[in-house]
Amino acid sequence: MSTVLAFDFYNWHFFFAELINGLTTGSLYALIALGYTMVYGVLKLLNFAHGDVYMIGAFIGYFVLNAMGWPLKPIMPLVPLLLVAFAAAMLGCAALGVTIERFAYRPLRNAPRIAPLISALGVSFFLQQTAVLLWQANPRSYATYSFHNAELYHPVGWSNFRFSYIQLLIILSTVVLMLALSFFVWKTRTGKAMRAVSVDPEAASMMGIDVDRVIMVTFLLGSALAGAAGVMTGIAFQTIGPYMGFGAGLKAFTAAVVGGIGNIGGAVLGGLLIGVAETFIVGYVTSGFSDLVLYSVLVLFMLFRSTGIRGVAVIQKV
Amino acid sequence: MSEDAPTPGEESGSTSPQIGIDEWVKRSGERIAGPGGVFGGAVRVAGRTPRILLLAVFIGFACVLPLLTSNGYVIGVDADTLLYVLLAIGLNVAVGWAGLLDLGYIVYYGFGAYLYAELSSAHYNLHWPTWQSVPVVVAFTVLLGFVLALPSRRLRGDYLAIVTLFFLQMFNNFTTNGYTLDWFGAPTESGLTGGPTGINNVDPFRVFGHALTNSPTDYVWAAAAGITVVAILFTFVNRSRTGRAWRALREDPLAAEAMGIPVKWLMLLAVAVGAGVAGYAGAVNGAYYQGVFPDTFMFPLLITIYAMVILGGAGSLGGVIFGAVTVNVLLEVLRTPAHARWIFYAALLIGLLAKLRPWRVLAAVLGGLVAFGVAANQIAGAISAKAVAGPIAVGPTAYTKHGFFATLVRHWMILPGGTYTNADYKPGNYAFVATIALVLALTLVKGWKRWALLVPTLWLAAFAWETDLVNQAPTVRPLFLGVILIVLMVMRPAGLFGQSRVEVV
Repeated sequence: MSTVLAFDFYNWHFFFAELINGLTTGSLYALIALGYTMVYGVLKLLNFAHGDVYMIGAFIGYFVLNAMGWPLKPIMPLVPLLLVAFAAAMLGCAALGVTIERFAYRPLRNAPRIAPLISALGVSFFLQQTAVLLWQANPRSYATYSFHNAELYHPVGWSNFRFSYIQLLIILSTVVLMLALSFFVWKTRTGKAMRAVSVDPEAASMMGIDVDRVIMVTFLLGSALAGAAGVMTGIAFQTIGPYMGFGAGLKAFTAAVVGGIGNIGGAVLGGLLIGVAETFIVGYVTSGFSDLVLYSVLVLFMLFRSTGIRGVAVIQKV
Repeated sequence: MSEDAPTPGEESGSTSPQIGIDEWVKRSGERIAGPGGVFGGAVRVAGRTPRILLLAVFIGFACVLPLLTSNGYVIGVDADTLLYVLLAIGLNVAVGWAGLLDLGYIVYYGFGAYLYAELSSAHYNLHWPTWQSVPVVVAFTVLLGFVLALPSRRLRGDYLAIVTLFFLQMFNNFTTNGYTLDWFGAPTESGLTGGPTGINNVDPFRVFGHALTNSPTDYVWAAAAGITVVAILFTFVNRSRTGRAWRALREDPLAAEAMGIPVKWLMLLAVAVGAGVAGYAGAVNGAYYQGVFPDTFMFPLLITIYAMVILGGAGSLGGVIFGAVTVNVLLEVLRTPAHARWIFYAALLIGLLAKLRPWRVLAAVLGGLVAFGVAANQIAGAISAKAVAGPIAVGPTAYTKHGFFATLVRHWMILPGGTYTNADYKPGNYAFVATIALVLALTLVKGWKRWALLVPTLWLAAFAWETDLVNQAPTVRPLFLGVILIVLMVMRPAGLFGQSRVEVV
């Protein structure tokens, strides 16, 4: 490694900027990780296609925003504009997630464990290639920067600690969505059913819980969150493309594992940790080999603490 | 879904379980009889023929093919197919026999190719002869297999899959950005791995003082030799103590361990043995293409090889070879619009002939299809003459309105003339999405509604095909792989030749 570090390590401005960037990326990972962690909690299935649902969400947001005159001639103020885009992407992705579950996973409930995994790989690849087919492989731009003279990028804050509206928007909406999800899981009847299914599907169905319906709701919620994350990615980082889902999905699943799979707060924590770690690796260590370093750390984590930070080791009973 | 042997827990569709009758016992006769029809007959004939004879016929045909034709393209496909067969056989050890979902398999292939390229090329100016470099490549790939399989000691199932997928991402990141590393005195401009452009000018194989040229014919033989050795070896391994132990740990690692089988060691061994095969295939790849490129060893290749192993039936050597040949030949055929169209319509027709009984339903659907298309064409033509004025595609940029087939299609299909300024909103896109929705809906309805729905589905599929897909070979081919994986898992998880297993709960 012959890279010369051309900046000052004790520059707090840079440190805070990187921290906020990391938290922004991490919030997006966290939103995707919520979907992974819920599906894994209920079905014990690694849903490879989840990252691609997120990608489809980004594209839905792109088309809806463009249809409403984004970014140069918006037909309504910013807040309703974004709300419509988020609603469209979340609804579209929820429908997609439920469809995937119904047709690619439900027939495999009683199959050997490797079968749904391979089916999920197939769905992931199918969605990715469908996006290439429909919208070509080259990346698109949300062109947020052209919106009201880059108003969303104006820095706010105090002295060295600065962030933009858009970063604030993303971090806050992640917090809001996570709280809403926690409320749903802990305070509603369906949430209770979900927790019951994740502990023991068979016993839950004996108690009169419609397991298929619970699984459907899980996919619906997880995919809607992924859709929201897709639109946020587009607005904050501008560039979207058919291949964006694969890497993000991989990191988000690891975020779910890091936080303790099946644990909602853990998934958010894991997402933020991975986002910050990734940004710091790019900023302070190496930009070319950032994936290499990040994945090495993650492999070690998976090997030595695969129950996650907040997870509890489960004793396997035969 | 009617083809596969039922498992006890499976819902059997419309027929509700009868009280007092065990589904599994009731349908045992069906299972013993095996799959029916032409396909079932072929499977039974293949099952009676000695395996070694089938292998000899396959290898012999592959080797003789370059002598029969002078068409370089066909020989090239032959060589590629054999490379895929080699890779699929290697993957089968970990996935099919030991039951490990190893998503890092491509790493071994890439590592083999890169190591061969480093040792036998102008890159480091080493130019090792083949008899030295290939054994070194295979030995180091096996070693790498042992190292990367170490996580399997602690992780199973999904976690192992994700960690091995990390290895693939790490390998891709390393090879693509490796041009900044000047290890072992690598040339400064291209570094260790040559970066995105890879390593060029790799030596061809030199065997017994005879240098192979870069003609595919020579590599057909190099790959065929590898397949012969590996297939014979694996046939014996499969019947050995080790082979039985692998299958035992695929079925139930815990029970296998309780029986005293060294589970952890056997998992390492399964991955490492497969890695060795992939390493040899990598060396052949490097020598054949006279270069290695990072883009080759990425996720799409992984999906391709998984589709091959799954299609034929993971765990069955013959099935895996069949799957590799079928998938690769189909992918090649899909490259040219004229051939792809032929395959598309032939597949639709064969599917209809095989699935629609009695013949009255078949006749009704076919007749309805023709009538539906002609009516749609007439209506669209009456609204706007331009809507049906388009030509049919016969090549990437070639179109025609003449000839028997073009006339036929142009009276049955709506082919709009002109191009679209915004490709996002082209009709083919809508038709594609609608076709998928209709196909999914088809699986939900039964009886006459299904036959009625089949007509617009097929027509819409043909519409999407003619207006858009036929010219998008680079995208349609991978799409097709994804579909293979999903459909096979849902319809027949054991693959075409694999044996359905009973899951005891």
